[in-house]
Amino acid sequence: MNTAAQVLLKVNNVSLSFGGVNALTDISFDVRSNEVRAIIGPNGAGKSSLLNCINGVYTPQAGSISLGGQTFSHMNSRQVAEMGVARTFQNLALFKGMSVLDNIMTGRNLRMKTNIFQQAIRMPFWNGAAEREESEHREAVEKIIDFLEIQAFRKTPVGRLPYGLQKRVDLGRALAMEPQLLLLDEPMAGMNVEEKQDMSRFILDVNEEYGTTIVLIEHDMSVVMDISDRVVVLDYGKKIGDGTPEEVRANPEVISAYLGTSH
Amino acid sequence: MVFLRTLVHSFTTVSSTFVHLLLDHARTRPQAPALREKVYGIWQTTTWSELAVLVRRLTCGLAQAGVAQGDHVVVIGENRPRLYATMLAAQALGAIPVPLYQDAAATEYAFPINNAGVRFAVAEDQEQVDKLLELREQCPTLARIWFDDPRGLRQYSEDGLDSVDALLTAGDAHYSAHPKFFDEAVARIQPGDVAAMFFTSGTTGNPKGVVHTHGSLLDRAQAGQRFDKLTANEEVLAYMPLAWIGQNIFSYAQWLACGYVVNCPENASTVMIDLKEIGPTYYFAPPRVFEGLLTSVMIRMEDAGRAKRWMFKRFMDVAKRVGPARMDGKTLSFIDSIKYRLGDLLVYGPLRNTLGFSRVRVAYTAGEAIGPDLFVFYRSIGINLKQLYGSTETAVFVCLQPDHEVKADTVGVPIDGVEIKLSDSGEILVKSPGLLKEYYKNPAATAEVLGADGWYRTGDAGYLDAGGHLKIIDRAKDVGKLAGGANDGAMFAPKYVENKLKFFPFIKEAVAFGNQREQVCAFINIDIDAVGNWAERRNLPYAGYTDLAAKPEVLELVRECVEQVNADLATDPMLAGSQIGRFIVLHKELDADDGELTRTRKVRRGSIADKYLVLVDALYGGLAEQYITTAVKFEDGRSGSVSATLKIIDAKRFPAVKAAA
Repeated sequence: MNTAAQVLLKVNNVSLSFGGVNALTDISFDVRSNEVRAIIGPNGAGKSSLLNCINGVYTPQAGSISLGGQTFSHMNSRQVAEMGVARTFQNLALFKGMSVLDNIMTGRNLRMKTNIFQQAIRMPFWNGAAEREESEHREAVEKIIDFLEIQAFRKTPVGRLPYGLQKRVDLGRALAMEPQLLLLDEPMAGMNVEEKQDMSRFILDVNEEYGTTIVLIEHDMSVVMDISDRVVVLDYGKKIGDGTPEEVRANPEVISAYLGTSH
Repeated sequence: MVFLRTLVHSFTTVSSTFVHLLLDHARTRPQAPALREKVYGIWQTTTWSELAVLVRRLTCGLAQAGVAQGDHVVVIGENRPRLYATMLAAQALGAIPVPLYQDAAATEYAFPINNAGVRFAVAEDQEQVDKLLELREQCPTLARIWFDDPRGLRQYSEDGLDSVDALLTAGDAHYSAHPKFFDEAVARIQPGDVAAMFFTSGTTGNPKGVVHTHGSLLDRAQAGQRFDKLTANEEVLAYMPLAWIGQNIFSYAQWLACGYVVNCPENASTVMIDLKEIGPTYYFAPPRVFEGLLTSVMIRMEDAGRAKRWMFKRFMDVAKRVGPARMDGKTLSFIDSIKYRLGDLLVYGPLRNTLGFSRVRVAYTAGEAIGPDLFVFYRSIGINLKQLYGSTETAVFVCLQPDHEVKADTVGVPIDGVEIKLSDSGEILVKSPGLLKEYYKNPAATAEVLGADGWYRTGDAGYLDAGGHLKIIDRAKDVGKLAGGANDGAMFAPKYVENKLKFFPFIKEAVAFGNQREQVCAFINIDIDAVGNWAERRNLPYAGYTDLAAKPEVLELVRECVEQVNADLATDPMLAGSQIGRFIVLHKELDADDGELTRTRKVRRGSIADKYLVLVDALYGGLAEQYITTAVKFEDGRSGSVSATLKIIDAKRFPAVKAAA
């Protein structure tokens, strides 16, 4: 990995509080192009809040966020998406009654250019703009289905799939946006060892094949240590560590906060 | 003139090679589909002419890389068009493709690769490449590896590792420099040349490489083609491993012989969906696949509404009663034929469609014994399922069941070119143009099975029945004789008896004893799921396997099964003496961890007999019950013991009946 790579995302002194609770206090870190960056920390450390600040769900009270060279004091969800940031959710954001194919197709939403009137008109012997566009999108979706190896479930309603596969579909929906930066909120929560291995491989493959930069929150330390290039450690809303997995693992503050101390 | 042409045509196809057949198809029917593969959700066709071009490019690429006549090229992967093309390209150079099982562990590849001094390998994807790279230290000869699917492999920089795309590019360069090379190479191949090598998964010792020529494989492929009148219009779905000769014959040798279409599924998990979309006309699978399909149907039926379940049951009863006779070409009574037709409209037709068997004209099962109920189920709903007999060494086709002459317990008649005779010990000997040339670099093993007189020893015991159908009894080495008592000297075939018992859903495992004894006795394991379900429906409470296995009601259930087997055996002229006299339902399940089964779940008769010697003695000593304590290993590594007092049950035996054949 090229360590001198350019910085894609930079979080500058961000603070966020809900009433009297400080969720994040003066957090700064950067994400370089093409790396896998992990955010770890115990429950309630502020990991999801941080992700929510980055993609515009929460507006931090202080600090700024730079994305692709532009600096914002608060992010707007739609704008962030248009700048090529996609995310998956800890508690899956999928349409349970819709097929896998349709769910992933929703991820193409931002890339659809035809309007509702063009989509409503269909003529024999003439492929309108909407039809041409749909087959292009379908092709993109099929490539993702192939990539994630879920061909057998194309037409299956998502609600009928096991949890591990639903997580994969959620990743597929995010990938359908062809993001530059992918935010993954606990992609491996609730999975068994085999499903975790599969998901790790998919994350690494996304990073390698598409060159997508990845920021992920994860609880499972062994997974984090295996797949990430650099790790940020949060505890009670403060950053207590930042560096390569080896550095973080050797950091005494991290050991006591996250891995627990032996008293 | 027309007659003459067909005559000439049949002559040229009979003595040909794989590559010549490919070029024939490309010349005579260039636009006809040869292969289909589902890519990004859409079936993509490769025509015969496109395939011929692909093979030429790969041939030149392999030549450029140094593959020469007599070299072995390992091929590992699922059924993929480019892997098929690679096998053809290797054959075009006079090299020998060696397909290996894609789900084997890396260490299992070491022997074949070192045995044949393999320098070249073509692998499907990253998973296979990783395994081959892992072997590099063990297999120093392995110089070049090509991969079909580049996913995940872009960062790899190992020596000699390259993509099939790069191989094609190299082939194009070679072709423009030597435009005549391909034609000259192809012209040199003779039907007697070695065409492929298949490694048999030997249960003991190292695997053996079975060497086949173009002639032996194609002769059998064409014999099968004539037997079932296969045409170029067949559709086949290729989803079993190419390393298994069954799949290789059906989707490679017969594909080129007949010129039909081979369809490659998207991946292993979509086979059911692809089967339904393609609707093959010619189908081949081992019994466990048919069993899996049936189970999935039955599970879905349990969830169906009441009306549907009633209809299903009602019409399946009709099918069971009249379906097999109908498949045997017999005429049904007027009422029965109306009932069957109605059933076909409402149940059997939709069911065949769900299974993907709507268009199946011929389906085969082979590889192991198929349960009669399972076999009859498929035939009764109108699927022409048949059995065949053959092995890797015989290029599959030895015996096939003709349409309308199908029995559950025989494997058909010897087909074109095959001669069968029995040795003095009752072993089946085969003479056929499809026999192996040799075991690779293993003359001792070759001499063991292939005599100078050209007869191949199958290792199976069996006989031809009155109708000329071959009946397989057991492995020849396991067949024994009863000694003393009423049936002194009668043949005893343990696996035959065990299989008959295991076809009952209530019986999971069975071990039969009787060699050099005066009667046959058996250990039985009940199937905890099936019997547990049975017990629940009868409000019979139980606590775990040992308790359930000792219930008098369960013993009675098993006794009924055993007596049915006895009644069945009584009708068999050779095995009437093998009826089971006494049996024990074991207090624990036989387990591979306790050394009682092999990893592939075959019973280890010898070690079981040693371990449960007291029980064997009790069986033959005429005791009514016996106490036993057995050490067991639990899955978490702890050990403990199970003890019980086991009842020994006497089963009724039947006088031998002479059944009409």
